[in-house]
Amino acid sequence: MIRIENFVKTYGSVRALDGLNLEVEPGVVYGFLGPNGAGKTTSMRILSGLARPDSGRAWILDKEIGQPGSDVRALIGVLPEEPAFYGWMTPREYLRDFVAPLYNLHGQVAARRADELLKIVGLKDDANRRIGGFSRGMRQRMGLAQALVHRPPVLLLDEPVSALDPAGRKEALDLIETLRGQTTILLSTHILADVERVCDVVGIIARGRLIVQSRRDELLARYVTPLFEIESEDGFGNWLEWVERQSFVTNVTVSNHLARVLVKDVHTAQSALLESLAKEALSVRRFEMVHPSLEDVFLRLTGKEA
Amino acid sequence: MFRTLLAKEFREQWRTWKMIVFLAVFLITGMISPVLAKYTPELLKMVPNLPAGLADLIPAPTMADSVAQYLKNTEQFGILLVILLTMGAMAQEKERGTAAMLLTKPVSRSAMVLAKWLTGMTVALAGLLVDGLACLAYTAVLFDPIPFGAFWTLNLLLLVTLGVYLTVALMASTLARSQSIAAAGAFGGLVALLILGSIPRVSDFMPGQLAAWGSSLVLKGDGSAWPALGVSAGMIALALAVACLRFEREEI
Repeated sequence: MIRIENFVKTYGSVRALDGLNLEVEPGVVYGFLGPNGAGKTTSMRILSGLARPDSGRAWILDKEIGQPGSDVRALIGVLPEEPAFYGWMTPREYLRDFVAPLYNLHGQVAARRADELLKIVGLKDDANRRIGGFSRGMRQRMGLAQALVHRPPVLLLDEPVSALDPAGRKEALDLIETLRGQTTILLSTHILADVERVCDVVGIIARGRLIVQSRRDELLARYVTPLFEIESEDGFGNWLEWVERQSFVTNVTVSNHLARVLVKDVHTAQSALLESLAKEALSVRRFEMVHPSLEDVFLRLTGKEA
Repeated sequence: MFRTLLAKEFREQWRTWKMIVFLAVFLITGMISPVLAKYTPELLKMVPNLPAGLADLIPAPTMADSVAQYLKNTEQFGILLVILLTMGAMAQEKERGTAAMLLTKPVSRSAMVLAKWLTGMTVALAGLLVDGLACLAYTAVLFDPIPFGAFWTLNLLLLVTLGVYLTVALMASTLARSQSIAAAGAFGGLVALLILGSIPRVSDFMPGQLAAWGSSLVLKGDGSAWPALGVSAGMIALALAVACLRFEREEI
């Protein structure tokens, strides 16, 4: 459905994409994860025809991007990270009179579709207000609506819920879930919770390359292993050397008086760590098992890659 | 698709008051030019302590003065207005991100440029129509009627002149990534054309010659500046082609 082969893109001395390969199966919600500057937006811009790769090829629905006579834009709906609109237009005008006709939807068909989408994204009551007065969250809702006007088989969503409040975020993710199966969605985000909520498959990108691609459940099972956070009043002394030697520990990081210990076996680790802390007579202020954030997963993955 | 883009451009001109301001300035120009031609000599005669006999030397104004005034005002205000109207057209869309939103849809980039150009030219044509009609009416009342056919030929030549500046401003707007650079480019184009138009022999081929041709047609019934017309049309075509080709290749 979406296939990227060896995308390379440089901006001056910065290599934004460094041989990116990616494949998205039909009907899947694909979470495209990565920290800022990883290359997510650049990939999206190339797929949507706004930029060209220095090298590499990509296909959407078997149509190769950037080839003469192979315009994929009618097949995709795109929501950029910061959707921009004509401030003097109303949402209804934008969808009905501007976007819909570009996809050959006119008259009553366009009007019905515009009203339907405004209802779906929760802007029905603001349909005749000028977009110029909209908040960032409302613009993001509008962005979703305009991407869906022509019921595209492929959606490219760049940080689709980043500007929404918790209620709006839930509604938008619910909407994305309803499209699962009918629409192939490439959703870029750096929020792990969004991925856990809606994505079937996850690809993690860093420094312009795909580090890992896996089904969501497999990824979570593989990488999102628990870690222990231990806060001490006087530092950790020799205890750190002992921890690093343990076979159930995969990674230890320390900043100030906080140690973060990533482990393989939770039960073994829990008892062994507590026992050792007591033995060393460290004044522990906090001992907590937490799930690592996406940043932790990234650090681990990028560390492995290096 | 082109019709949708064109409809959006016209609606934008109207809703953002640009078209209304443009037409209002042209209407005022058309009304005020014959009035200035008529009453400037009268006002001069009323200046206190005017040397004796000087008032008698000021000739009685005629329809020719009205046309000259019209030509001067329309050219000056018109050039300034078309540049102001156009210089942000493309750069603003790129800077604000609306171009990126639009170009992810099945839209030709050249069509986007051409829609803006056609809208600008149509607004300029509408401006010249109200300007010309006002001038015709006021001149007929204050002086003699202006020869109708020649006057509209003059306005067509003015449209070509304005078209050159409009297209150069649109090209600058397309080449620039920000509105400030687009403005600098548009006014840079204006200065370059004015400098070229002031060089003897070269000026015969420049758009400024078209106004002189139009004036001669109205007042003497003859005259021509075909080379200037050819060069002006060529400049419009070239600037449009550069804008379209550059925008087709640009990464947004």
